[in-house]
Amino acid sequence: MPGVLPGTLLEDKALDWFPLWNSLRIAGISTVIIFFVGIFAAYYIAKAPRAVKGVLDVILTLPLVLPPTVVGYLILRALGPKRLVGSWFLTVFGLKLTMTWWSAIFATVVVIFPLMYRTARGAFEAFDETLAYSGQTLGLSNSYIFWRIRMPYCRQGILAGTVLAFARALGEYGATSMVAGYTPGRTATISTTVYQLWRTNEDALAFKWVLLNVAISAVVLLAVNMLERRSHRQKA
Amino acid sequence: MSLFVDIEKDLGRFRLDVDFETDGAVLALLGSSGCGKSMTLKCIAGIEKPDAGKIVLNGRTLFDSEKRINLPPQKRKVGYLFQQYALFPNMTVYQNVYAGARGKPDADKRVRERLQSLHLSGLEDKHPSQLSGGQQQRVALARILVNEPEALLLDEPFSALDSFLRWELELELADTLSRFSGPVVFVSHSREEVYSLCEDVCVLSSGRSQGRHKVKTLFSRPHTRAACLLSGCKNITAIRDLGSGRLAAEDWGVELSTGRKSLAGYDGLGVKSRHLRIAEGPGENTFPCAVARLVEDERRYTVVLRTPGGAILNMTTDFSHGSPLSVGQTLFIHIDPSNFLMLTE
Repeated sequence: MPGVLPGTLLEDKALDWFPLWNSLRIAGISTVIIFFVGIFAAYYIAKAPRAVKGVLDVILTLPLVLPPTVVGYLILRALGPKRLVGSWFLTVFGLKLTMTWWSAIFATVVVIFPLMYRTARGAFEAFDETLAYSGQTLGLSNSYIFWRIRMPYCRQGILAGTVLAFARALGEYGATSMVAGYTPGRTATISTTVYQLWRTNEDALAFKWVLLNVAISAVVLLAVNMLERRSHRQKA
Repeated sequence: MSLFVDIEKDLGRFRLDVDFETDGAVLALLGSSGCGKSMTLKCIAGIEKPDAGKIVLNGRTLFDSEKRINLPPQKRKVGYLFQQYALFPNMTVYQNVYAGARGKPDADKRVRERLQSLHLSGLEDKHPSQLSGGQQQRVALARILVNEPEALLLDEPFSALDSFLRWELELELADTLSRFSGPVVFVSHSREEVYSLCEDVCVLSSGRSQGRHKVKTLFSRPHTRAACLLSGCKNITAIRDLGSGRLAAEDWGVELSTGRKSLAGYDGLGVKSRHLRIAEGPGENTFPCAVARLVEDERRYTVVLRTPGGAILNMTTDFSHGSPLSVGQTLFIHIDPSNFLMLTE
């Protein structure tokens, strides 16, 4: 159809659902990765000596306060096809790390890591360590103690952190748009689609996506609130 | 059946230097709050690491700083009853006790038998938050005993309970301990508990242990200032040797005659409150005091006296001495030298 930018709207005017599906899978995969990475980082750093803990805390929380475009820039410097890591992957595996739909995962993981990490740290620090000591004197292995005593105790806090990380992942724009770009039908996410639709004056459609995003985010935050309130009641 | 402990650890404010050996008798580790008792237990259990020393249980070396042996808690077979019991809140009573029996043959049967012997039948599906303090303690004990440890460490087990619950639980615990054949170390700062549950006692004062004694001996004739205080005797004074068995009780401001040939090595004197007597008038080992306060209890008075030196003496007496006492009154107080407790630091 002349005058219509390719990919923004199909001829039959049906909503292209790709951005929703893409955003969900990127957020989902990133959250699963960060669930494990964040928890293990929080667990081992909580046991570190105070000086080390302080320095690591600052470094690992940086992505939370840096502008997402700065984060995106730094990731591109490392993973871009002409850069150190990127060119190695290109030559060895023939794999381009940026500008694919899964490139967004690198950016999202970096951005949501501090959320999971700090929430898990808080949950672990509130844990009554004598429960772990008691388990050890009873001969229980450290891994049993971690999964069957420590994690259930910290469950609410960790779940709240996970949901928060997922919400943030869903709403990622700055770093993602730089690292994965906007290719409709291939790397478009909800946030990059809204930007694109606004740029091309497709107001009605942009607004539909905005409402959808607000609805999903509201549901997610409601879940976080409920989990945190239950966590407080349990501790009381 | 023995536990040998000889450890040192720098704790900042003071240095832990504990040294004792115990067999099947229940040994009390007695000391005021913050003197290192819990830290000692944690070192024995392997939860904390001493800076130097040796811990041997039934011939097995648990820790040896010179040979660089440091067994993890899982391998020590030392049962530890924590002050707040450390029951796993996300598990039921049955699951908690089962955690102690994992891997043992007939685990289910052992768990049920142990629950029954500690009068916990019927509570299997409850969570710890639904239990009373006494029940929680028994569940924690059940979990430890089903684990079949070689030694038992009890960290102030009654401190989390109301006093009127303690009596019955003390009797039950005494019964349980009598059936446990390995070494038992019982940490406490309460002389009543120690008196009723333990045979031997080791006093800990600012991290340093003062040898092992029989409980009755330590409480009737303490030899150190710390032991004296812990045995409940607060009437203690620093002394200065005046020669020929005479001494100046510096805090009380009086001179006393001990009848001993030498006072070498002693730097304090203590007297139990029930050994103070009211005399008719001045005399040897008798001095005037002013009645500062009268504290009435059900069957006796505690008379708080101010000595010539300014320090306080506590005297307990029943009502049989005759005329009533009043605040401000001057009394002549006599102490028989056989009741002098000569103390070292």
